[in-house]
Amino acid sequence: MRTVKYEDIVKSIRDMIIFSTTHLAPDMKKALEEAYENEKSEVSQAVLAQLLENAKIAEEEWKPLCQDTGLAIYFVKVGTDVKVEGGSLKEAIYEGTAKGYEEGYLRASTCDCFTRANLKDKAGYNLPPIIYFDLVEGDKIEIEYAAKGGGSENVSRATVLAPAAGKEGIKEFVKKVVSDAGPNPCPPLVVGVGIGGSFDMSAVMSKHALFRNIGTPNPDPELNELEKELKDELNKLGIGAMGMGGTETVLAVHIETYENRMCHIASLPVAVNIQCHSSRHAHITI
Amino acid sequence: MAEYRLKTPLSNEDVEKLKSGDIVYLSGTMYTARDAAHKRLVDLILNGEELPFELEGAVIYYVGPTPPKPGEPIGSAGPTTSYRMDPYAPILIEHGLKGMIGKGKRNQDVKDACVKYKAVYFGATGGAAALIAKAIKKAEVIAYPELGPEAVRRIEVEDFPVVVVNDTFGNDLYDEGRKLWEKK
Repeated sequence: MRTVKYEDIVKSIRDMIIFSTTHLAPDMKKALEEAYENEKSEVSQAVLAQLLENAKIAEEEWKPLCQDTGLAIYFVKVGTDVKVEGGSLKEAIYEGTAKGYEEGYLRASTCDCFTRANLKDKAGYNLPPIIYFDLVEGDKIEIEYAAKGGGSENVSRATVLAPAAGKEGIKEFVKKVVSDAGPNPCPPLVVGVGIGGSFDMSAVMSKHALFRNIGTPNPDPELNELEKELKDELNKLGIGAMGMGGTETVLAVHIETYENRMCHIASLPVAVNIQCHSSRHAHITI
Repeated sequence: MAEYRLKTPLSNEDVEKLKSGDIVYLSGTMYTARDAAHKRLVDLILNGEELPFELEGAVIYYVGPTPPKPGEPIGSAGPTTSYRMDPYAPILIEHGLKGMIGKGKRNQDVKDACVKYKAVYFGATGGAAALIAKAIKKAEVIAYPELGPEAVRRIEVEDFPVVVVNDTFGNDLYDEGRKLWEKK
């Protein structure tokens, strides 16, 4: 059994948060540069130029790329042969989150659903995070993190289609979600699609799909093809950067299915999680 | 598309020359407010009480910035999505508000109020928060400090870059832009 120190996890998480909210991820930067090259609309191209300039300033000054530094979202894979010494893994993630957000001068965005009062004094600075734990073989802890903003989350949708709707029904649903969202979620977008499993699992998968680096192909060739088709069709919507009108609305479509395309014989769950052009994501293995 | 440099507060004459798609660099004093602050401002108007700032000619920026680092006037400060302020905007426009800065679509009530009472909705680039912060030279919380990032701030800006989305003629840049590039 391998042992990991509680304080080491706290520090790793703190550092990951501060770095990834101020440094545009390499895959996003490349995707935005390509979008800038390909964009046919001058107005949208000017917006993309601003975004690249913003990334440069943020990196130089370690200043948040976006003021909405999000809810902290984690997907955590815990090996069965590793244990945390000095506290629990969950507590370490909470403490690392509060430290990262407070010491990085990031925004505390968690609030009470009804009173809308900020939770930073009650629950802790930008606490609680949202954590999905999974148990795996091995002696490592793998932590994926994203700062997920509210604007793109507000236009995300889930549904359960009739099985007869098939692939075409899925495509129509994804197109409707992106079309209805228009300028609001800060395009150009990364579109996460979760297909199958259950109602709730499809939504979780649509979120996890956003963590895949742009340019990494889907291991399932048929889904890889579907991702490309969807991207092309979504870019025909004409929304453009920040909704100003243009050819580059979507940087990537990422699809995940449950356990190699499983779902119930009566159902076809589909969820679409929209991510903005700032897509702040990172991962560490401890 | 024209380019303008305007100083706040804005007059009817200022906003009536603007058309959707125009690029504008704003300088002067503006105020920040989001959902919770809007609700309070509108309640004050409905109760006939005084607002924490002069609304006539004012520009409100929809933003909840990150905390400033020591020595900085403000942290990262990009626009938030504007539709959440739609229920409150028309009454503020009726009482003298001339400009709103945010991102994303407005509802018909807001667009109609812009035409009727002469006001403009500007779009700033969402997610360009470190870049936009460069245009903000001073910031001071003037009301509702308990709202944290959502408190009302008076900010001094220089050449704050925006695009006219909804003008006083009923035009909408998002609709026009999309129509131009949509492929059926």
